[in-house]
Amino acid sequence: MDLAYSAEHTAFRAEVRAFIAGAMPPHLRAKADIDAHFEHHEVMEWHRILHAKGWVAPHWPVEHGGPGLDATQRFILGEELELANAPQLSPFGLSMVGPAIIEFGTPEQKARFLPKILAGDEVWCQGYSEPNAGSDLASLRTRAIADGDDLLVTGQKTWTTHAQYADWIFCLVRTDPDAKKQSGISFLLIDLKSPGATVKPFLTIGGTPAFCETWFDNVRVPRANLVGQLHGGWTVAKALLGHERTLIAAVGHIGRALRTCRRIAAAQGLTDPAFTAKIARLAIRHRSLEMTNLRSLASAQLGRAPGPESSILKIRGAELLQQCYELAMELMGHDSLAWFPEPGIVPPIESAIAPAFCYLRATTIYGGSNEIQKNIIAKHLLRLA
Amino acid sequence: MNFELSEDQRMIVDAAVGFVRKQSPVTRMRKLRDDDRGWSPDTWRQMGELGWLGLPFPESIGGFGGSLVDVALVLEQLGTTLVPEPMASSLTAGMTILRAGDEAQHKAWLAPMIEGKASLALAWAERESRYDATKVATSAERIRAGYRLSGHKQFVLDGHAASQLVVSARCDGAVALFVIDATTPGVRVRPLRTLDGRRAAAIDFEDVVFGDDRRLGREGATALAYALDVGAALACAEGVGIMRAVLAMTTEYLRTREQFGVKIGSFQVLQHRAVDMFVELELAYSMALAAAIQVDQPATVSAAKAQLAESGRFVTQQAIQLHGGIGITDEHDVGLYFKRMHALNAMYGDAEYHIARFATLVQSTR
Repeated sequence: MDLAYSAEHTAFRAEVRAFIAGAMPPHLRAKADIDAHFEHHEVMEWHRILHAKGWVAPHWPVEHGGPGLDATQRFILGEELELANAPQLSPFGLSMVGPAIIEFGTPEQKARFLPKILAGDEVWCQGYSEPNAGSDLASLRTRAIADGDDLLVTGQKTWTTHAQYADWIFCLVRTDPDAKKQSGISFLLIDLKSPGATVKPFLTIGGTPAFCETWFDNVRVPRANLVGQLHGGWTVAKALLGHERTLIAAVGHIGRALRTCRRIAAAQGLTDPAFTAKIARLAIRHRSLEMTNLRSLASAQLGRAPGPESSILKIRGAELLQQCYELAMELMGHDSLAWFPEPGIVPPIESAIAPAFCYLRATTIYGGSNEIQKNIIAKHLLRLA
Repeated sequence: MNFELSEDQRMIVDAAVGFVRKQSPVTRMRKLRDDDRGWSPDTWRQMGELGWLGLPFPESIGGFGGSLVDVALVLEQLGTTLVPEPMASSLTAGMTILRAGDEAQHKAWLAPMIEGKASLALAWAERESRYDATKVATSAERIRAGYRLSGHKQFVLDGHAASQLVVSARCDGAVALFVIDATTPGVRVRPLRTLDGRRAAAIDFEDVVFGDDRRLGREGATALAYALDVGAALACAEGVGIMRAVLAMTTEYLRTREQFGVKIGSFQVLQHRAVDMFVELELAYSMALAAAIQVDQPATVSAAKAQLAESGRFVTQQAIQLHGGIGITDEHDVGLYFKRMHALNAMYGDAEYHIARFATLVQSTR
C-alpha cells in the first residue's frame, strides 16, 4: 500500500498549478483570493481559458474533445482548480447534459450540441425539480404531449440554477401520464428562446440570484430533441448519478476554506487554544475525507465502479464545507455581521464569507439531499428497509 | 497511490479472518476476563507460529520482513472479536527495541517474542505524565558497568505478564530507554484490571540494577515518540475492527428485532443513525490505513487517532443505543466492544492530546 502520487501525477499537479497561476487574469485572481462571488461573464471567461488549454471537460472521451486524462489526473486538475479558487464552471453542460448526450444521444445531437458546450458558446441549465417534486423527483408533473413531429411542453420547473444566463435547458418531462411514476418520464432538450418559455430569477439567502423559476406554456419542442428513448428519461437521469464521484467530496474546496479560516484567525489575532482546536478538528475531518476520497480515486484509477466508500463523500463533504464556513463566521466575531461591506470595514479575506456561509446551506440539499443519500445507503449498503 | 492488498497481505488477512471465526469468537475473550492472566499462552504461541508476531521484524531474527500495515491488517481482524492476546502492546514495545536497539538486543529480546514464547511491554506512563512522554520522573543513574533505576510506572498495558519491560527514565537530563527483565530484584509488578476486561500493571522500580547492554541507543525521546505513534496506529486498526463488528451486529439487530409489528430497521430515524455509523467507520478506516502506512509522520498519526476517538465513540455508543436495553447488559457483546473502544481512545494519547499535537504540527508547516 502506498499513499504517494506517482512521479507522473506529481508532475501533472505541478503543471496544473503553473498553468492556473499563469492563465488566471488579475481581476479574477483578486476575487479568487478573497473567495468573492464570480459573475456569470467571469465564469465564462475562465471557461474559455480552460477550453483553449483543452481542459474544460476532463472527463469527456477524446473523440468528443476530452483531453484523455486518467482518473487521478482528472481529480488533480479538479482539486487544484478548487484550491486556487478558480471560478467554478457550470456543471450543467459539461458534467450533466454533455455526458448524457455522449452516452444516449444521436449522432446529430452530438454534432449539434457537444462542440458548443465545450466552447462555452451555449450555456445550459437543468430542469428537474418542480414545486411539488423535490426529493420525490419522479412525481414531477410538467407534461409533454405529442403533436406531429413535436412535443408540446407545459409546466413549471424550479431551482433552475443559472437559467437566466442559459440558452438551453434539459428537462425531465412526463410523456406518459398513465404509466407508473418513473416509467412515463422523458429526457428532453429545450431551447429557452422558444415562445412560451419564461425564466424568472430569485435571490438566495446568499444575496445572489443563483436560482430561477422556469415556466413552459405549450412550448413546441422537436421530437429530435429527446435524449434516449421516449419514456426512457429516468434511465438517462440515473446514469448521470452513477458517474465518478471523486470531485463530489469537494476536498479541494474544503481545504481552501480551512486555509481561509487560518487566515481569518490570523487577521483577528486569535491565539485562543479553543479556536486552534476547532480549526484542527475540522482539518482532521478534512484529512479523513481526503483519505477516503483517495481510496475512491485509487479504485476509479483501476477502472472500478464507485465502491461503498464513495457513497459517503457527498454527505460528509457537504457537511464539512458548511462546518468550515460556520467556523469562519465564528472566527470573524462582529465582522460576521457585515453584508457586502464597503472596502475597509472588514479585512478583505472576510468580505465575502457571510454570503458563502448562507448560500452553502444548499450543499446538503442539492444533488440529492443528505437525507436522500442516507436512504440510499441504508437500503443498498446496509440492507435496511 | 495504491490501496490494494498484496498477495502476501491477502493471505495474512484470510488467516486472521479464519482465526477469529473458528478459534477466537467473543466467547473466548469473555471467559478469559476471569482468568488471572487474561489471555492464553497457547494462543500466543500459535500467533507466533502463524508469523503474526514477527510481521514487522527483519528475517535475520526470525521475522517476516513486512511492514506495520501487515500488523494493522491482522489487528483489525482481531478487533472484530476482541482477541485478548497482547499483540498490539507487545509489538509496540518490540518496535521500540527494533528502532533504538542494536543487533544483539534485537536477537535477545525480539526473537523470543516473535516465536510466541515471551511478551514485551512498554512502561512509559506515570502518575504525572498524562500523555506527555517527556515528563519522566523515573530516573536512572550511571553506576559502574551499568545503571541503577528507580521510579514508578502505571497503566503498563499487558505489563503483568511481560517478561521484558521497555522502560523510560530520565538519565543525564535526557529521556533514555532501558529493557528490564521483569524478574530483576527491585521490580515489583502489580497487575490491575482495566475496564475492557484486560490487564495492565502498576510497576515499582526500587534501585533496580542492570548492565550497560540493557540501554537502547543513546537517545530515548525520539524512539519513545515513535513507539507511541506505533501504538496509536495499531489502536486505530483494532478500533476499525471493533467498529466493523458492532455495525454488523447493529444492522443485523435492526433487520430482525420487531416492535409495533414491524422490523425496527424500517424506521428511517434508525436507518439514518446506522448510516451515520457507517460514514464514521469509513472515515476511521481511511485514517487507520493512512496511519499504518505513514507511521513515521506524526501529523497523520494524530489525525488518525483523533478521528478514531470521534468515530469510535459515536459508533459504539450508537450501537448500544440501537440495541436498546439489552445493549447495557453484561450478557450482550456490544458493551464489551464499547469498553474496549474507550480503552483504545485512552491509550497512546486521547483525542484532545492528538488534536492539539496535530494543530502544532500542521501550523508549523504552513
